[in-house]
Amino acid sequence: MPESIRPPYDSRETLAFYLTAALFLVVLPLLNVLPSEDSWLHLSDFRLNQFGKFLCFAILALGLDLTWGYCGVLSLGQGVFFGFGAYCMGMYLTMQIGSESVYGSDLPDFMVWTQVKELPWFWVPFKNFGAGLVGALVVPMVFATIFGFLAFRSRIKGVYFAILTQALAFAAWLVFNRNETRLGGTNGLTDFKQILGFRLTDVSTQRALYILTVVALIGAFLLCRWIVASRAGKVLIAIRDSESRVTFSGYTPWVFKLFVFVVAAGLAGLSGLLYVPQVGIITPAQIGVLPSLEVVIWVAVGGRGTLIGAVLGAVVVNYGRSVLTNYFPEAWPFILGGLFVVVVTMFPDGLVGLIRRFFSGKSPARGLAVQKAQGGS
Amino acid sequence: MTRWWQALVGAVVMASVVGLISSAEGLCADDGSEPSSADAAGASTEALIAQALVDITSDEVEVRKAAAAVLINHGDIGLIPKLDEIREAGGRAVRVAIKPVVDMLKNRANLSNESSDSRRSAASDLAMAGRVEAIPYLKQAAEKEAVWWVRYTMDESANLLELQSDDSTVQLAAVKALGELRSQNSVSKLQELIDAGTAEGATDQQRTVATAATAAMSQIESWSWWASSMETLFRGISLSSILLIMSLGLAIVFGLMGVINMAHGELMMIGAYATFVTQQCFIAWFSPDVFDWYFPIALPVAFLAAAGVGWVLEATVIRFLYGRLLETLLATWGVSLILMQAARVYFGDLTAVIAPQALRGGAQVMVGVYLPYNRLFIIGLTIICVICIYYLLFRSNLGLRVRAVTQNRNMSACLGIPTRKVDSYTFAFASGLAGVAGWALTMVGNVDPGLGQNYIVDSFMVVVTGGVGKLAGTIWASLGIGGLNKLIEPISGAVYGKVFILVGVILFLQWRPQGLFAAKGRSADA
Repeated sequence: MPESIRPPYDSRETLAFYLTAALFLVVLPLLNVLPSEDSWLHLSDFRLNQFGKFLCFAILALGLDLTWGYCGVLSLGQGVFFGFGAYCMGMYLTMQIGSESVYGSDLPDFMVWTQVKELPWFWVPFKNFGAGLVGALVVPMVFATIFGFLAFRSRIKGVYFAILTQALAFAAWLVFNRNETRLGGTNGLTDFKQILGFRLTDVSTQRALYILTVVALIGAFLLCRWIVASRAGKVLIAIRDSESRVTFSGYTPWVFKLFVFVVAAGLAGLSGLLYVPQVGIITPAQIGVLPSLEVVIWVAVGGRGTLIGAVLGAVVVNYGRSVLTNYFPEAWPFILGGLFVVVVTMFPDGLVGLIRRFFSGKSPARGLAVQKAQGGS
Repeated sequence: MTRWWQALVGAVVMASVVGLISSAEGLCADDGSEPSSADAAGASTEALIAQALVDITSDEVEVRKAAAAVLINHGDIGLIPKLDEIREAGGRAVRVAIKPVVDMLKNRANLSNESSDSRRSAASDLAMAGRVEAIPYLKQAAEKEAVWWVRYTMDESANLLELQSDDSTVQLAAVKALGELRSQNSVSKLQELIDAGTAEGATDQQRTVATAATAAMSQIESWSWWASSMETLFRGISLSSILLIMSLGLAIVFGLMGVINMAHGELMMIGAYATFVTQQCFIAWFSPDVFDWYFPIALPVAFLAAAGVGWVLEATVIRFLYGRLLETLLATWGVSLILMQAARVYFGDLTAVIAPQALRGGAQVMVGVYLPYNRLFIIGLTIICVICIYYLLFRSNLGLRVRAVTQNRNMSACLGIPTRKVDSYTFAFASGLAGVAGWALTMVGNVDPGLGQNYIVDSFMVVVTGGVGKLAGTIWASLGIGGLNKLIEPISGAVYGKVFILVGVILFLQWRPQGLFAAKGRSADA
């Protein structure tokens, strides 16, 4: 490995990462379990569940950081892949409701309303947990492979790709909203009861799901870091900085782009898979144009091209949202919009860039913004 | 009071008698089923009507019916006040008996109304009511009618009523006439005749009529295929023009300035709200007589409001981001969120603009093809905008400078072109165009904070398909996408139509990755 290309992480940041991981994996659950409920140290079940949700979003943001921060491929349709994963898991959970449903029918409630007499064929496999699990990962990846193949092979890049993925998010939102797609229409899938025989309302189930989410996030982070540090990762960065030059050097950029795009889609699916049992509902409103764009703002706020920034951004922005919408419900879109503008124009390196500058006292040489990010390619 | 009524009724009766006698020949010749024409003779009509006005309040159903028939045959519009009086005084049965009489007399009078719309709706109401007594009046009115579409409806109604005739020659003639008229409204009636003629035990007469009806049906159907294709074509062009007028500003900033303006939809929203505010000002401060003037006044207001916001946007956000496409996309998206929420907080969720008189209604250009004026207006406006932009960009000094800056910013600056000014003017102009689009869109939809969001994805598809920076590409792409959308919409439904368009665009970009009209040469791979 040539000395000039440094690995995208150093020992201090690795240490910070392991400390954070330990905090989320061990300390938070312990704070939830051990102290008595009225102690100030106690972390309520609600908060723990909320953190679980944020960490799911962090997995989603990691995928986007991999494609956008490292490969320069901005996808405004990550919500769609998230939605595929979430819906696959949601279908499994819906099948688990069984005769506990409101109408006591074996069919999901919304099918009873919409006069569906028989379980549609694509619902049948989801009686099995394995199918829900595999489907949540494979469906988004297969879809991303097809879409990415068509897009990247014909050298659709930069803004064109961003706009196409946005149209994809819009189209997916339209389709999932329809009743005849048999996915619950506008109301989505909800009212889940159990997963693998464990009650979802039990605190212990939620705690286990939280720990699983943290483990998955750590796994996803290590996977991304391994990809970025590998030789392929170097090509990804080269593609981001000058795609034509990579082409002239004898590489085939679209294969690399497709690869990260599919990995990102898989991570989005994983995120959706973990999100549904913890939050208990998935609707088309969570997979449209705006939710997909919010992923971008998490990554931008955290600092793109840093991986750890994606995690940080997802947690910080969502935490801020949950606090602020409590106090000023009408102000949130202003704040979100303002974040977009301010971060993009003034802090292109995001929080991680600020922190690095603070510790090193140097200008942020490794950040993305100083790269001559030209024409979006 | 009583005296006044008597005088009126007398005058009315006299008038109706004169009218009846003058049209008596036509009456008898045209319709054999005209009931009790013998009774109509002479001065006895007056007595008949007077008697009928008494009889209509009778307790017996048959008497009431007979009285109603007499009134329909011999009465006219002058009887209405008298009938209304009886109706108010009478019970439910009387009201039921009088209702058709009043409708009939009113519609008959409306056949010579000043407004062509009420003449037409009177004619179609008469056909709906199914009262054969109206036939002579319809025919008479049709002869005098000047507006072809109203005359057409009158003829159609008369023939529809004649279908009820017992005389098979009259029926046959009516069937043929309806076929010639390509009457869309007669389809169900003709189908009944065909069913009757092909059923077991049909008489010869019924069979002949059925054969004629089948022929007429095929005429009507082939015409309706044409008419519906014409309408689809028009709807396609209309949607294309809407897409185009929205995409024009977008294409200018994208192509010439290298900026993805996600807030373009919200600039349209500002134009639409500017129109709304102008309207409210007119309602508040000016007399209703000049109300319709708010619309032309709103055009510069909308343009300037959107251009102003665009100018501020360029000066505060965009100018830091030139050359960084993805960043402009994100920052302008943030701006769009702010603008949208601001509109939601300030204006609430739903407001609408009242269209000026001139843009209401539409033109019936041929049977089965109706073109609403508001759509025609947008098509016209789009054409004007395209021509203006063409002249501005390719035939004016400003356009020359804009193109120079696009080609080589540094060289232009060296040659003395104030590039900063050119940037901000171009952006403000494109934003103003969005405002004009918003102004026009108030005519086809509500004004709400989500206005821009509904269209932004579509207009970006247009720009991407057309190829960046090419006016011609944008025009062709909007025609293609709009036309295709309306073509597949009837088959697939609106939602899947959009999905198909997306798939279509992706596949199209396989073949033409840079859009329809690609930039060539060095600038191609910026």
